[in-house]
Amino acid sequence: MIGIIDYGMGNLRSVENALHKLKVDCVITSQKEVLDQCQKWILPGVGAFPDCISNLKKMDLFDYIKDSVNNGKPLLGICLGMQALFEYSTEMEYCQGFGFIKGNIQLMEDLNVRIPHIGWNQLEKNQDHDIYSILGHEPYVYFVHSYYAQDYEDKDLIGYSVYGDLKICGLVQHKNVLGCQFHPEKSAEDGLKILKYFVEDFV
Amino acid sequence: MHTRRIIPCLDVMNGKVVKGINFVGLKEVGDPVQLAREYYLQQADELVFLDITATHEQRDTMVKVVEQVAKEIFIPFTVGGGIRTVEDIRKMLLAGADKVSLNSAAIKNPEVISQGAKLFGSQCIVLAIDAKKRENGGWNVYVRGGREDTGIDLLEWVKKGVSLGAGEILLTSMDADGTKKGFDIEMLKAVHNICHVPVIASGGCGSLYHFEEVFKEDCAEAALAASLFHYKELSVMDVKKHLEKEGIPVRL
Repeated sequence: MIGIIDYGMGNLRSVENALHKLKVDCVITSQKEVLDQCQKWILPGVGAFPDCISNLKKMDLFDYIKDSVNNGKPLLGICLGMQALFEYSTEMEYCQGFGFIKGNIQLMEDLNVRIPHIGWNQLEKNQDHDIYSILGHEPYVYFVHSYYAQDYEDKDLIGYSVYGDLKICGLVQHKNVLGCQFHPEKSAEDGLKILKYFVEDFV
Repeated sequence: MHTRRIIPCLDVMNGKVVKGINFVGLKEVGDPVQLAREYYLQQADELVFLDITATHEQRDTMVKVVEQVAKEIFIPFTVGGGIRTVEDIRKMLLAGADKVSLNSAAIKNPEVISQGAKLFGSQCIVLAIDAKKRENGGWNVYVRGGREDTGIDLLEWVKKGVSLGAGEILLTSMDADGTKKGFDIEMLKAVHNICHVPVIASGGCGSLYHFEEVFKEDCAEAALAASLFHYKELSVMDVKKHLEKEGIPVRL
């Protein structure tokens, strides 16, 4: 069973629909007793970083997730959920994240391209990873965001996309934590394969 | 490499996709989920569903359509038509739409843009604008399916919409729409130059060259077409292969 963490933000249904298409059992929940029963978790999210963290704290999920993941629970963060995996963000105000992955979240600044970064971009390989073996190519994936990860460690970066002069951290992994800045649930068949990898093969 | 997007648009009435010219002689052409799936398999980058039903009861049918599409189609899709309030937006997003497009309702009540953007994020608020050239130059915004001139200047409205939080502009040229003579490059350029959000070009596309032209002129991030794809004059794949050949980045 995969637990989709419901903290009141984001289109959780899209992730659920994608997992159902893959015939994966999943549950959308904010209850710890239910999350305890899940082998892996997905943290989706759309919106602003400080709202995400304050909602998780209000629902008494922040420390619970932090402890469980530090103890080995596999976690996939998507979009804003991926950004929350890093140390902090400067969106609206300085705000601490989970700190599972080294790095921070900053506003994308490049006058030559449109912000937000909306649309399909190729996920280019930074290092060998099972995902590239499964897909057999560098996939196009769907992005929607205005902030991006910076100051991360190169060894954690699996794939990136180029947008104007910016190098967008697209896919990261640190131990049992995986993060996608793009939306695998909206990235057609390749996106579904990435979700399938997380469910079946990750960690 | 960031790619340009090709977006088929489907008009939906009473839960069925319909075709017709200027709302005259509408014919049912099929099931939205099935047609959406065809476009998905042809590598469409996104889809737009336009609800052209008139009444509230029928709008609940649209919610069911959205729910079904979301279960089968794993690319982003926008729902427009008849969305007036934050509650309407919420309903569509909960049903599985990724974005909503606001048109006439945003003119009547611009606050719906900022309220929607604040609650759900700018990324899901698409400002749809129908515009027509004025005799003295410039363009005016029209509403009610292009029947009513608001007297509002297009560029002023774009600036206002973006400042209120619209994340994308879906711009339809009423002068070009239905002509098949190509997108309205002049109008698209004017809008593209004054806003920083992505622009979706709509109206007038009749050939492979028109897609190429709008991207080579660099006045839109995405191009939308309806009848061209419905009548199977071109497939999405034909368009993308042509663009790739012309050196325009697309997802293939």
